[in-house]
Amino acid sequence: MPITAQTDSSTACTQVPKVTFFTGVKAGVPIAVGYAPIAMAFGLLAKSSGVPNEVSILMSLVVFAGASQFVGVNLLVLGTACWEIVLATFILNLRHFLMSAALSQRVERSITKPWLAAISFGITDETFTVASLRPEERLSKEFLLGLNLTAFAAWNIGTWIGLFLAQGLPEAVKASMGIALYAMFVGLLIPSVKKSRPALVIALVTMLAHGIMRVLPVTAELSTGWSIILATVGGALAGAIVYGEEGGGG
Amino acid sequence: MEMILLVLAMGAVTYLPRMAPLTLMQNAVMPQLIRSFFRFIPYAALGALIFPGILTSAGPERMPAAGIGALLAVGVALVSENVMLVVAAGIAGVFAANLLLY
Repeated sequence: MPITAQTDSSTACTQVPKVTFFTGVKAGVPIAVGYAPIAMAFGLLAKSSGVPNEVSILMSLVVFAGASQFVGVNLLVLGTACWEIVLATFILNLRHFLMSAALSQRVERSITKPWLAAISFGITDETFTVASLRPEERLSKEFLLGLNLTAFAAWNIGTWIGLFLAQGLPEAVKASMGIALYAMFVGLLIPSVKKSRPALVIALVTMLAHGIMRVLPVTAELSTGWSIILATVGGALAGAIVYGEEGGGG
Repeated sequence: MEMILLVLAMGAVTYLPRMAPLTLMQNAVMPQLIRSFFRFIPYAALGALIFPGILTSAGPERMPAAGIGALLAVGVALVSENVMLVVAAGIAGVFAANLLLY
């Protein structure tokens, strides 16, 4: 738990549960549940847009990023220039740069670069938040692989189901599933901010700032990718400046 | 074939920002302010990801349904650390609101 690192490290010697591959898989199950319907929706959308199945399958395999895949298919159908699609994908996913940088301070120092390069492929909003809110001070290779592979598997299996099986999924069910990942974020955020006042304040301030950004005419023009990046950087910077020593030490 | 190349390019520009910091900054020694900044990233990112996106998660014209699902998820998250339960509450809230309101 980053913000409460001091209290955690004091008890770390007495209770260090073994963090294995299977621990990672278990931590990934809520992500898988959230991913499956979205990946199915992606498969359905791609198919109904006339994108060849092998292209959609490849996209889930090599891009593995929800929003940008939807946008990609959308732009493809609109006949957007290829370089614009690539640029939109880049901007939409640039926030992972921040997450990867934050995670670099939480992984076990003994993990080799090739393994880190492999683990980093699975960094998403969801795997990052689950990993970074773990109580362990340093995350093991096995845990991260288990977590990321579970999410990756669910995303790809969901894509296949969407492409080949889910044509008849009722609209009422699909409409209710949209909240799944947001609810997961809520479920991750609330228990951790209950333990740390600085974390609570920064989460709320960032929400407020992002809400205002989406409404103000100047910033409402920004793409979702940029506005999430700007709000996150602003919120974390405010936290570092206001709470620097007390909140971030450890 | 052109589509395959496009998807590979999308994959490359997505992978680079994911890979570079984790592999290059693992043993970097950073000033206190930067370390503190990174420790706040998860909370700031969660805030920005949740709000206001959650309000349009049931479709742009169904904000009340999404709001009910969100409130239910927050309520359950306040009393339980079980993320699956929170997800189920959110989905059930939207499902029920969709049935009752529309």
